[in-house]
Amino acid sequence: MAIPTYAGKLERTWYYSYRVICTLIFLFLILPIIIIIPLSFNVQPYFTFTPEMLSLDPAGYSMRWYDEFFASEVWMKSIKNSFSVAIASTIIATTLGTLAALGLSRPEMPYRALIMSILISPMIVPLIISAAGMFFFYSSVNLAGTFLGLILAHTALGIPFVVITVTATLSGFDYSLTRAAASLGASPRTVFFKIMLPLVTPGVISGALFAFITSFDEVVVAIFIAGPEQRTIPLQMWGGIREQISPTILAVATILVAISIMLLTVLELLRRRSEKQRGLTPG
Amino acid sequence: MANTYSKVGEMTTNDGVPLKVSLRRSQRKLKLWAFLLVAPLLVFILVSFIIPVVNMTMRGIENPQVANIMPNVVAALENWEGTELPDETVYAALVTDLTMGRKNKNIGKVATRLNYERSGMRRVITGSARKAAKLKEGPYKTQMIEINKAWGDVAVWSLIKRESGTFTSSYLISSVDRKTNDAGEIVAKIEDKQIYVNLFGKTLMMSFSITIICIVLAFPIAYLLATLPLAKSNLLMILVLLPFWTSLLVRTTTWIVLLQSQGVINDLLVWMNIIDEDGRLQMIYNQTGTIIAMTHILLPFMVLPLYSVMKTIPPTYMRAALSLGANPVTAFIKVYIPMTVSGIGAGSLLVFILSIGYYITPALVGGQSGLLISNMIAYHMQNSLNWGLAGALGFILLVIVLLFYALFNKVIGIDKMKMG
Repeated sequence: MAIPTYAGKLERTWYYSYRVICTLIFLFLILPIIIIIPLSFNVQPYFTFTPEMLSLDPAGYSMRWYDEFFASEVWMKSIKNSFSVAIASTIIATTLGTLAALGLSRPEMPYRALIMSILISPMIVPLIISAAGMFFFYSSVNLAGTFLGLILAHTALGIPFVVITVTATLSGFDYSLTRAAASLGASPRTVFFKIMLPLVTPGVISGALFAFITSFDEVVVAIFIAGPEQRTIPLQMWGGIREQISPTILAVATILVAISIMLLTVLELLRRRSEKQRGLTPG
Repeated sequence: MANTYSKVGEMTTNDGVPLKVSLRRSQRKLKLWAFLLVAPLLVFILVSFIIPVVNMTMRGIENPQVANIMPNVVAALENWEGTELPDETVYAALVTDLTMGRKNKNIGKVATRLNYERSGMRRVITGSARKAAKLKEGPYKTQMIEINKAWGDVAVWSLIKRESGTFTSSYLISSVDRKTNDAGEIVAKIEDKQIYVNLFGKTLMMSFSITIICIVLAFPIAYLLATLPLAKSNLLMILVLLPFWTSLLVRTTTWIVLLQSQGVINDLLVWMNIIDEDGRLQMIYNQTGTIIAMTHILLPFMVLPLYSVMKTIPPTYMRAALSLGANPVTAFIKVYIPMTVSGIGAGSLLVFILSIGYYITPALVGGQSGLLISNMIAYHMQNSLNWGLAGALGFILLVIVLLFYALFNKVIGIDKMKMG
């Protein structure tokens, strides 16, 4: 939408002011996330730019909060907890979710709308209600304050994302491919592993990434279900922000931003791959 | 001969089964297969999610305390008219139940339960239970009234009778700022105890404002993303997706850092001499903070559906309108915007549903005035431990959310939702 050469004065003014408005909105989106990165290197325990930092004096910067983070046993443990809970719940959610999506996308599936609504519900129900309900449930089966309880709770929260992404991938799936393979003599097993699975893999992986980030970022259910042994990073941050916010939180935040950039990159690569496979142009 | 089993002219398969039957059989098999694939997940979600959520909201009407812990009183009160004080048998039952409850250490539950309905009841029950254990013999009526004159109050007995059922409407009544008075009528609570209706109203209003702000902010950039050449728009898309993928707590933290009175924005304004040192703005720990932070967090949920709808609108429509003599503004309002309505609808409902149930961000940046209904539910779950009231408030919140979800499903369809 480059500006045409015949545009009048008014159009030009509008064109440039529109660009300025868009830039401002983009800045609103991205600046808050960028700004904590330099602040996390502040040598002082302040949450604002010191004069030394602004004059780019190296003495104004330090790795102090990162050192503190990596030296802290509590934080290190919470990283371990976060990753193990997120990975375990992602595996369960992805397996069960993919199977269900395969069933749901079959044309013979009975009560599809109802079942879909049930499977999606953890995404719709306000988290505080889910958390309270799960708290009572997992307490009654003695799983509150255990890793298994937290993993299963996070699995439930991640499932809608897997179901949605995989069914979306399957909705574009051309079933004549499986028929062609079968008519050429492939067994149902071969058809599934050689034809179906490679084509839905990008959907499965992006669903898994959503499930991972859901668990990795989840705090409300963790507040209710996790015991002191299961403290995850978000739980640790939640406590830190509420009690005494320390710049270590900014170091953690920066690391988390780096992780989300990584996830985003993986997702983008997957999207391009899947579109190439489906014969669509990238984008 | 296989054909003898079917009517002449009917098609059969090789082994002689009529085609219709065979087809139905294989269809049933396929259906079963499809269902078996879904079954494990369905059971998991039903058991570990749906039933617990239903149970949680059911706590809003369950009322086991009086019925279970004071069974004799409940039985004795069965035929009580409620106009004058009950007779000796009820008082004897009271002494039995209080003594038993004290022995089983669960009389406190009744005390807490009745205290929700009438303040002071906690002391009446626990105090009387302590003293009733020492009573040797009847008649108990005068002795109990001597122990605590509340037992000589018809209203106290009416309350116990009213709450003796296994289900109660009192939490729900309380959730809408009403209470049952001594005469058994439902009336408004005193003014400074009316919090929940206002809080529901405030939650809806704030969600509505956040949704509107999100539409206003998302529309221009979604349009830009949809009309720019792919290479550029993919690059700009990262600016939308990165916040989307960044931890909620990180984004909340960053707004605390930016907005607090010793924070980046205030420092910047002081440095630019727009405000002076004493005039630092209070932008956080109030409603403003909650709205700013939540808008930032939810904006991608508006941009993404809007973008995917705008992407499908051919630019030729606008060109056609222009070539037919419409001025650009008219063409935009009359031709372009109507085509984006489904995207606006999808984004709005998504943002609205998500913000109604928000808990973390308001709790961290909301201070007192920026709290939403979820925070109140959390308070009753964790601090006041009034789980019945938490259940009733949760029930109302859930009904509101499900109504909007049903609308969402009807207008857009959940399976058409795209992410990432």
